[in-house]
This record gives sequence, C-alpha cells and structure tokens, in this order.
Amino acid sequence: MSMVRNRAFALVIACGLFLIAGLASSQNASAQNYESALAGFAADSYGDTETAIGAVAASGNPLAAQVIDALQNGNLLFNTDSKKVYFKDSSGALIDAATGKPAAGISAAGLQAVRVNNRLRRSIDAALGGLTLLSPDPVKRMDAAKAVYKSREVAAMKALDAAIAKETDQRIKRALVEARAAVVLNNPEAANPEKLDAVAIIRERGDQDARSLLAGAANDGSDEVKRAAASGVAAIDARLELWSAAQNAWYGLSLGSVLLLAAIGLAITFGVMGVINMAHGEMVMLGAYTTFAVQEIIRAHNPALFDYSLVIAVPLAFIAAGSVGILIERTVIRFLYGRPLETLLATWGLSLIIQQAVRTYFGPTNKDVGAPSWMSGAFEVGGLTVTYNRLWIICFTLAVFVALLAVLRMTRLGLEMRAVTQNRTMAASMGIKTARIDALTFGLGSGVAGIAGVALSQIDNVSPNLGQGYIIDSFMVVVFGGVGNLWGTLVGAFTLGIANKFLEPYAGAVLGKIFILILIILFIQKRPRGLFALKGRAVES
Amino acid sequence: MKTNPIHRRWLLGAAAGLALGLAAIPAKAQDTIKVGILHSLSGTMAISETTLKDVMLMLIEEQNKKGGLLGKKLEAVVVDPASNWPLFAEKARELISKDKVSAVFGCWTSVSRKSVLPVFKELNSILFYPVQYEGEESERNVFYTGAAPNQQAIPAVDYLMKEEKVQRWVLAGTDYVYPRTTNKILEAYLKSKGVAQADIMINYTPFGHSDWQTIVADIKKFGSAGKKTAVVSTINGDANVPFYKELGNQGVKAKDIPVVAFSVGEEELAGIDTKPLLGHLAAWNYFESIKDAKNSEFIAKWKAFTKNPKRVTNDPMEAHVIGFAMWVAAVEKVKSTDPDKVIDALPGIKAPNLTGGVSEMLPNHHITKPVFIGEVRADGQFDVVWKTSGLVPGDAWSKELPESKDLVGDWVGKKCGNWNTKTNKCGS
Repeated sequence: MSMVRNRAFALVIACGLFLIAGLASSQNASAQNYESALAGFAADSYGDTETAIGAVAASGNPLAAQVIDALQNGNLLFNTDSKKVYFKDSSGALIDAATGKPAAGISAAGLQAVRVNNRLRRSIDAALGGLTLLSPDPVKRMDAAKAVYKSREVAAMKALDAAIAKETDQRIKRALVEARAAVVLNNPEAANPEKLDAVAIIRERGDQDARSLLAGAANDGSDEVKRAAASGVAAIDARLELWSAAQNAWYGLSLGSVLLLAAIGLAITFGVMGVINMAHGEMVMLGAYTTFAVQEIIRAHNPALFDYSLVIAVPLAFIAAGSVGILIERTVIRFLYGRPLETLLATWGLSLIIQQAVRTYFGPTNKDVGAPSWMSGAFEVGGLTVTYNRLWIICFTLAVFVALLAVLRMTRLGLEMRAVTQNRTMAASMGIKTARIDALTFGLGSGVAGIAGVALSQIDNVSPNLGQGYIIDSFMVVVFGGVGNLWGTLVGAFTLGIANKFLEPYAGAVLGKIFILILIILFIQKRPRGLFALKGRAVES
Repeated sequence: MKTNPIHRRWLLGAAAGLALGLAAIPAKAQDTIKVGILHSLSGTMAISETTLKDVMLMLIEEQNKKGGLLGKKLEAVVVDPASNWPLFAEKARELISKDKVSAVFGCWTSVSRKSVLPVFKELNSILFYPVQYEGEESERNVFYTGAAPNQQAIPAVDYLMKEEKVQRWVLAGTDYVYPRTTNKILEAYLKSKGVAQADIMINYTPFGHSDWQTIVADIKKFGSAGKKTAVVSTINGDANVPFYKELGNQGVKAKDIPVVAFSVGEEELAGIDTKPLLGHLAAWNYFESIKDAKNSEFIAKWKAFTKNPKRVTNDPMEAHVIGFAMWVAAVEKVKSTDPDKVIDALPGIKAPNLTGGVSEMLPNHHITKPVFIGEVRADGQFDVVWKTSGLVPGDAWSKELPESKDLVGDWVGKKCGNWNTKTNKCGS
C-alpha cells in the first residue's frame, strides 16, 4: 500500500517536474520567439517589419503592446550596427525592448527609428487592437475596439468574445459588438444566421464606415446575406441623404462666415467711407503674418503658450494692420477723396507694394502657422462631421461682427464716424475733426481685416498672395449686401456661402462659382443698391 | 516672279556671311557667356519659381568657380515675368534679342511654356523646362528635364494598384491644362486596366480654391463603397495647403484613403503642419531624403548658398541641376554656344542625377529619370516606399491616348517632334 502511494507520489512529482520543465521550455521558446521577432525591426525593410509585428503580437510577451505602441508613435529605435532594438517609454526614457529594462549608457541620438508605411500602419492598428482589448484603460479599450472594427482580423475573435463578456462600459461594449459583427462579416466560414445578425448590427450603426462595410458584404457571401446587406446600404444611404442637406447648410454657414470675416473690414472702408480699397486683402495678409510672427516668437521662447498664440495674435494683428491702414490713409487716400478711379489705382498699386515687401522680407514660400490643439480635429453629430476650426471661426466671426456693431452704435467714435460719413460739412461745423475721424475709420476697417487674417491663417496659405484670393469675394459680398450697411454684409455673406455650398455638389466647384457670379449680376440689375439699400440723403449725394 | 536658284543660294550665303560678321563683332567685345533665367519672382507663382532662380544662380556661380565655360565666365541674366503669361513671351524675347543669352532656364506652368514657345522657335534659342508636365509636346528648341506623365503619374497609379490594392479612384485637380491632360491619360490607363467608369470620380477646382469642405466630404462618401479608394491629386499651387488642412481636420487618414500628389513636394509641405498628413504620398523623380553622396553634397551647398539651414530642396531643382550640367557638357562638346550646334549635340549627353543614377537626354528632348513614391513624414520630408528598378525614359507623347499613341518625338533621326509611326510622316 505504502509502496503504491510512494510510487504514485513519485509519479506526481515527476509529472509536476516534467510540467514545470515543459512550461519553462515553452516560456523559453516564447521568449526566443519574441527576441528573434524583435530582430525583424532592425532589418530596415518593410516586409521584415511586418512579419515582426505579427510575431511580436503573437508571442504573448508582456512587452509586446508597448513595443508596437512605440512603433506606431515612431519611438521604436534600433542600432544599425548591433541590431539591438530599444523603445522610448512615455517619459522619454530609453528601454531595451528585449528585456524591458532601462538601457543605461545608450543615447537615442545614435539610433535609427524603425520606418513604417501605410500598410504597416494598418498592421500595427490591427495588432495593437488585438493586444489592448482587455486593457484596464477605457480609452485604450475603445481605441482597440475601433481598430479591430477597421482591421476585421478574424484572429481577434476570441479576444473580442472575452472582452465583450467582461466589458461594463456600455459605449465600449457597443463598439466591441460592432467590431465583432465586422469580423463575422469578414469571416468566410461564419454561419449564415450569425452573418445576418452582424448585418443588422452594422446597419444600426448607420454611418459611412458602416455603409462601406455593408457595401463590401453585399458583393460576396450567400444570397440571403447579400440581400440583407444591400437593403442595409439602401437604408444608410437614405439616412445619409437626409443629413447631406444639413451638411450643405453647415458648410454654407462656415463658408459664409469666412466671407463675412474677409468682407467685414471692407464694409467699413468701402461700405461706410466709400473708398474702393484694393489693398484690403493685403491688410488680411498682414494679420496672417502677424499670427505667424507671434507663433515664431512663442515657439522660440515659450512653447507652453502655443495654445494661446491666436488669442495673443488678435489684438496685435488689429494694431499692426490698423496702423498700416492709418498710414495709408494719411499718406495716400486722404488726397484722393471723391476720386474713385484714382483711389482704385492707387490702392491697387499699394497692394502690389505691400505684397512684394512681405515677399522680400519673409520670402515667397508659405509659412507654417500651426493650429492650437483646441482648433484641430472634428466631432460627429449624426451624419455630420463638424471640424473644430470651422466652428471656432463661425463663433469668432459673429463676435467680431457684434463688437463692430457695438463700436459703431454705442461709442462716441462710432457716432462721429456715422456723422462724418452721412454729412461731412455738417459734422465739421459741429466741431468734429473730420480728418482725424477719416483716419480712425480707415484704421478700424483695416484693423478688422487684420483680425480676419488671424482666423484665415488657420484654413488658408500664409503667403504673400493670401489677400488676393479674398479681395473679389469681399467686394462681391459688400456690393451684394448693400453698401454702407453692416447687416447687409452679414446677410449677403451667409446667403452667398449657403447658395454656393448647395450648388457645389451638383455643379462642381468651378461651375458653382460661375453660377453665383451670374446670379449676383442678375440681382444687381434688379436691385442696384444690393439687398439692404441705404435710404436717405447720404445715398443721393 | 521666278528667282534663279543659284542666285538665291549666293544671296543666302552672302547674307549669312554678313550676319556672321556682324555677330562676330559683339562676340569679340563680350567675354562672358550669358544664361537667361526666366522665373516669376512676384505674383502667384513666385512661391515656387523664386527657388529655381536661386538654384540657377548657385549653379552658375559654381561653374564660374570651376573656371567658367570655354574659358569665359558665365553671366546670369535674371528677369521677372511676374506670373503673367504674356509677359513671359515678352521677357523671353528680351532675353534672346536684347541680352543675347545662349540658353534660357525657366517657366513653371504649362501656360507660360506655351506662351514662350513661338518666341523660342522664331528666334531659335534653347529653353530648359524643369517641371513635371502633361506631355503631348516635343519641340526642337525646348529640353524637358521634368517628368513626362509616364515618369510620374502612371508609375504612381501602378503602385497604388499593386501595393495598396486600390480599386476606386478620385482624380482631383486644378482646372487647367496639366491636370486635365494628365487625368485624361490616367482615366484611359485605368480603364485599360479594367477599372469601371463608376469607380472613377473626376473633380476640378479653380486656382487658389480654399474651401474644400464639400469636396473632402464627397471623397469620404465616394470612399465608403466597400472598395479601397485613393485620391490622385493634380491640385496645384496655393490650393494644396487648405486641401490638406481640411483632409487632416475631417480625419481622412492615409491608411484609409491615401492621397498621392504630383505637385506637392518638400517646398509645399514647408507651409503645413504635416502630422495629420502622415503617410499621404507623392510621386517624384527626386526626394531630399534620398541618401546619396551627390545629394548630400548638393543639399549642403544649397543651405550654404541660401544661408538658411531650413531651406529644403525639391524635384524641379534637381531637374535644373541635370539640365544645366547637360547644357554645359553639350557646349563643351561642340566648343560653341551656337543654338543649332548645341541643340544637335544635346541628345545623347549624359549627366549624373542626385539620386545615384545617370540621366540621358533622349532624341525626343526628354530625359531618363528614376521614379520614386514617397510617404509624408512628420518632419515634412518623404520616406521613399517604392522606386523603379532603373531609369524610365520620358515619353513625349502618351501611349494611353488614342490621338497620340502612334506619335514619337525624334530630333536626331527624323528631325521631327511628332513623327507618326503608322503613316511614317511628320505631323499627326
């Protein structure tokens, strides 16, 4: 009996030992797999890197996610001679990728980053998605779900099922279920009912990605699945069609706000003062270059302030463009009041001079004006993509408009401006210094154009030609809206913007613009004074 | 009235002799060889062309340091056609007749090239044109050192088809001759590869277009048909920055819908924050990032010459480097700057390019070039992800278009720019 027990005991021990040895050897093998996979990163070839990504992801090594994450961010480095691979962690410290220990005594400067291309970026996303589905960080889990949805890697199925079972956050769970549906649709071996369920889930998602996925599914698989997918595509199309009207309206608003911003300064110099100011676009350009200069200084001296660069640039652009405006008024325009043709030629000449001066000083090439983080990216509202920079520009434009209206209505300067433009002699005899008011009005108009430049630097080139692109549009808006009326400029800008954006999908950008011009010509024939014509004696004079 | 042929020949000889004698007098007085530089230094195109003027000045200065040409110093004559197409013709005439330049390096847009063509023909001078263009041209007086469509557009589309498995195509361009012709060629090529009309979307925008919201949304919509989609962009000049900004903001990533551009290089990217553009593509015959001894030497010289360590180099600059080297070699070969002799000597002349190969001037006045596809990096440079195995000879006439597939340019054997190989006649 005891002998039997002893023997059994020995067997158990032997088994245990064997198991441990086996485990150790398999662990060894996996470690070796991982290390030999790492070597692929040091080969500097896209093919080897791709194999390495797959092998590292499959190795099960705890470092795998970190290594692939570093690769995605360009932080995976290798030594060209020793072929050893390192990565930089979030704190910037250099880690030996093989051991996970800090790489002492090695500087990142002597290492080369592992290069990736688009195909590798997709592999990275897929691998990282599979590896981080169970991450404790909810943001990472969400990203992982989205990545798997995109990659549709059938291999991720098991991890997905585990993640769905464990997930408590409803939003992430939804994303995981959608990802699972995408994987099912991509799996040729999945059963029909399962595929039909998947189609239903994707159909409910209802955006462009879902449409793309279903359109792909409608091309292969069983007839039943094909039919369900096709009807899903039709349903999504109908839904997106509804949203496209909202989208056009939004794009129109945003184009209108850009037009308004560019034209609003002109509404003062041309609309209120009656000066045909061809150098208006150059004031916008000066504002944009002021933004560039501000950002350069911030980059050089205090990068932490970068997110505030535009806020700092607004008053500076106003002052810069405004003072140039006053200078122009005092030196050129005041001698030309009442002579529109000469004013036109003189300001046109000035615009060329300013352009060439900027070109000589800053160089002819585009300047890089960065976007602060709160102005980058987009968010989705139903089927509508709203970009932050456009949203901010709309808000900014309306704020500038209200401020300008307030200046004209509520300040003494505004009162005197209106008095001078309505009846110069009367205003002068009431003791208003008309020459001073002229200069200030022109300065105000130019300054507002400068502010517009700050905003436009976010969506357009900052080059010496920036202003030229806006001068025609600005005149169009002011004339269409009714000379001398700020509200007219507002309505005119938004009307033109929205009309343009509703025409563009049908007529194309080139024809759309031509149609708009023809419409304006016809409109001006009918109402020569624009949308909101000023009435009264000032107009007749 | 009938003229005696012998008489006529005699007259002609006398006139030629007189002309030669007259020409000899100023030739004695001048001890420099003049080189004309015809690039816009103001107006819309100044953004691209100013750089080319600078690179020419650098090349000429360098040649003078080496002792000049034929024992004489080279002298650069710079004029500013101000992005104004008719002014290009006027300035070209001024360079050739008044300044008596031996060759002109210049032009960027196809419109400007077309506008100076009659002047170069009439006054019989030489133009080196350094920019990628739409092809369908081979002129005796023009040497095309930029890429023809088969050296840029076609390989790029091939790459997308093979490597990225693209099945749906957006051809987006600025509305003028280069994008229109290139897209016509690409459309014919794609159809010959079995792409259906429904899978091709063509879109044109005006010069300087700045509101890309609708078009980018359309591209996203077109891309949601379940097939891999790519954008082939012939968008030119200033419109590119707002286009890429909108792409970045609307979240169109290169790994989903890649954009391959033919007019966006290092210089254009210098004005954009490239982080959202990671992985978008460009096809060129040269990238600053290509590792080659000649290239690093050139980059170092350029930075020293412009005294700006941030200045980048680009493809048309390399075209001028090759063109200038070829012209110098041809002049040295015939020991003369006489346009007729130099034009005849140029085909067959070889000059090293900056990416490790040797380019050759072909009888159709185009050159052989390697083709590279690059992906945008975070630092505004390109990573070469694909290249042709050797140098590709430039086709003056596209083989994809029915109206030009039988034409070849041959200024050596046939003395004809549009020789029809079917009818064996000069002229289409």
